[in-house]
Amino acid sequence: MIQDFLFQAFAASAILGAVIMVTRRNPVSAVIFLVGVFFATSGMFLMLDAHYIAAINVILYGGAIMVLFLFVLMLLNLGHADWRDLRGPVGGLVGGSISIAFLGVLTRLFVGGADARPVVEIAGGALREAAAEQGVVGVVARPLFQEYVIVLEVTGVLLLVAIVGTILLARGERT
Amino acid sequence: MSEAGLAGALGVNGLIALFVSAILFSIGVIGVLLRRNAIIVFMCVELMLNAANLSLVAFSRMHGIEGQIFVFFVMAVAAAEAAVGLAIIIAIFRHYEVVDLDRFRLLKW
Repeated sequence: MIQDFLFQAFAASAILGAVIMVTRRNPVSAVIFLVGVFFATSGMFLMLDAHYIAAINVILYGGAIMVLFLFVLMLLNLGHADWRDLRGPVGGLVGGSISIAFLGVLTRLFVGGADARPVVEIAGGALREAAAEQGVVGVVARPLFQEYVIVLEVTGVLLLVAIVGTILLARGERT
Repeated sequence: MSEAGLAGALGVNGLIALFVSAILFSIGVIGVLLRRNAIIVFMCVELMLNAANLSLVAFSRMHGIEGQIFVFFVMAVAAAEAAVGLAIIIAIFRHYEVVDLDRFRLLKW
């Protein structure tokens, strides 16, 4: 009961934080509210039996990536509100209608389909049992290093390419 | 099989997570279309990625651990994308002295 209440509180604060984040004119407060959204979704991950993902979400998204954003805002001295940032009523109408169309399609896709049937039926609570047996990290790490090991290595190459590209871009025209 | 069946397979919380994921994604779309600041547009893209992660985790209760593996890879790609994207923004700022998306008209007609 308390868990259901907590889950709904996390869900509500995620939506609220996202709305506030989109409407803030000051980029720094937008970053802070986005961190709040990431913390709320981490709480939801935790209650959906994805403990490792919840931890990574806080460390990687809420920590590393958001600090990177704040760092860029500080570096470029953009931490002040700009009245030109939000588009006018026409932009709001177009953006709002496209977004509502997205919401309708996604909702229909998720829950409205008449034949919404699990492709692979697994017993309820199977993830929780596997986590109790293999450990919270082991239940993710085992398939990652067995079936998906090639994908993992390719992701490593992708990160290397990202490092090289970032250094190249950030150094600019100098040789 | 209708909504009740899906709620049975996912649990009520899983269903709420799917709805929240759809709403967060739509808010991200609004942000991308409504803001002119390139950094905030980029943050809204991160919000959309997080919404997709939420639905993957919710579905992983129904389909097995693969959903969480996907989330792991999505996060790795998002980290790479954030680093490269912010480097591009810094490079653009160095050239134009501004991060207003409406000012970048090189490929617009």
